Amino acid sequence: MHEFDWSSIPNALPFLWDGMKISLEITLSAVVFGIVWGTLLALMRLSSITPLSWFAAGYVNLFRAVPLVMVLLWFFLIVPHLLESLFGLPRGTDMRLTSAIAGFALFEAAYYSEIIRAGIQSVPKGQMAAASALGMTYGQAMRLVVLPQAFRNMVPLLLTQGIILFQDTSLVYVSALADFFGAAYKVGDRDGRLVELLLFAGAVYFVLCFAASRVVRHYQNKMKTA
Amino acid sequence: MAYNWNWGVFLQPTATGDDSTYLDWMFHGLQMTIGLSLSAWLIALLLGAVVGVLRTVPNRWLSGLATAYVEVFRNIPLLVQLFLWYFVMPELLPEDLGNAFKQSNPIVQQFLSSMVCLALFTSARVAEQVRSGINSLPPGQKNAGLALGFTLPQTYRHVMLPMAVRLIVPPLTSEFLNIFKNSAVCSTIGLLELAAQGRQLVDYTAQPYESFIAVTIAYLLLNVVVMSGMRWVEVHVRVPGYIGGK
Repeated sequence: MHEFDWSSIPNALPFLWDGMKISLEITLSAVVFGIVWGTLLALMRLSSITPLSWFAAGYVNLFRAVPLVMVLLWFFLIVPHLLESLFGLPRGTDMRLTSAIAGFALFEAAYYSEIIRAGIQSVPKGQMAAASALGMTYGQAMRLVVLPQAFRNMVPLLLTQGIILFQDTSLVYVSALADFFGAAYKVGDRDGRLVELLLFAGAVYFVLCFAASRVVRHYQNKMKTA
Repeated sequence: MAYNWNWGVFLQPTATGDDSTYLDWMFHGLQMTIGLSLSAWLIALLLGAVVGVLRTVPNRWLSGLATAYVEVFRNIPLLVQLFLWYFVMPELLPEDLGNAFKQSNPIVQQFLSSMVCLALFTSARVAEQVRSGINSLPPGQKNAGLALGFTLPQTYRHVMLPMAVRLIVPPLTSEFLNIFKNSAVCSTIGLLELAAQGRQLVDYTAQPYESFIAVTIAYLLLNVVVMSGMRWVEVHVRVPGYIGGK
């Protein structure tokens, strides 16, 4: 049986916290950008302009059919090339964080757009009709009447997707970027205490995600009764 | 940006000296992805059905246990779970068993860890679908079963499950697609499935774009095949009288 020795964790806490900050940074930027870009995609998908709705459908289906690991590998390959040639950055600049954020944001936007599309479609048709009858343009009606109601209904789903995204950020491991999981793995590998560090990382993820999903569920129940 | 496209690279013999071409590597990866996903899916379905049923039974201990199972597997990232199965589990097993595992063929080790990990991870999601399928049945079905003198297990076996299973085929389709995509995570412990072969191809051929495009297309094809297969199943099992029914 394995002899546990947890002594390497207390000293590693600052390093692990730095990793956690990277995980949270990727999660937050990807959530914000993903919701903005996802909203645009959803509007394109629902628009009557055929090329726009085809583009959005193609984008969403492509990203949803490819594994996240593959998407991240793509972005670690392409983004540095692109930025180098666009801005003349010196070769070998560390752009793993930028690439990771770009990859997650564009990938998650496909998932967010499906949530937002369903949210927009769940708003009763009469709302749009009433807004038009009041003399609002399509854009005004969307912005002032439909989207606020849609987003109110979608908040729990968007937050749940955010929790999933937070879990998925651990996959930046493929680029050896030291997010929380990467940091835990490095410490465990260095001290020969992989078992303890991996268990610790799993426990931290569990506590955070479980607590967050409880909060979301609480909010959801409150919304139902309101 | 000057990039030399060379699609012929797939037909070249590999640099390892055996008779295979790079295309053969991709097929090996595809086989591994399919074999891993299908075997994990079978376990996930069986386990998920059991856990999902347990979540709906009146016994508080059993349903609590099933809820804990689902929460644990849903709130830990897949990558962390995989590393726990691969690096941690052999250390925590009884010594003989752990050593037997560590001395076995590395590919067997990687495959077993990946399969167990994917299977349990997916089973928690299948369980949620099974539970919501059972809960979506009108309560009269269970009551009618019990009123006819069926025991509770019989009611599940003959009345509720046959209906619930048919209702949850569409959401299960997306879980089935997910297991293929999630199997790409197993490349991190060195299992040579499709994504890992793609990375290996980049290292050996120095043609990153061709390699990644080929692998991406392989995943898209896999997606299309699974989706059309599941659509066939959906059409054949859908329940008359429900939305989307016959």
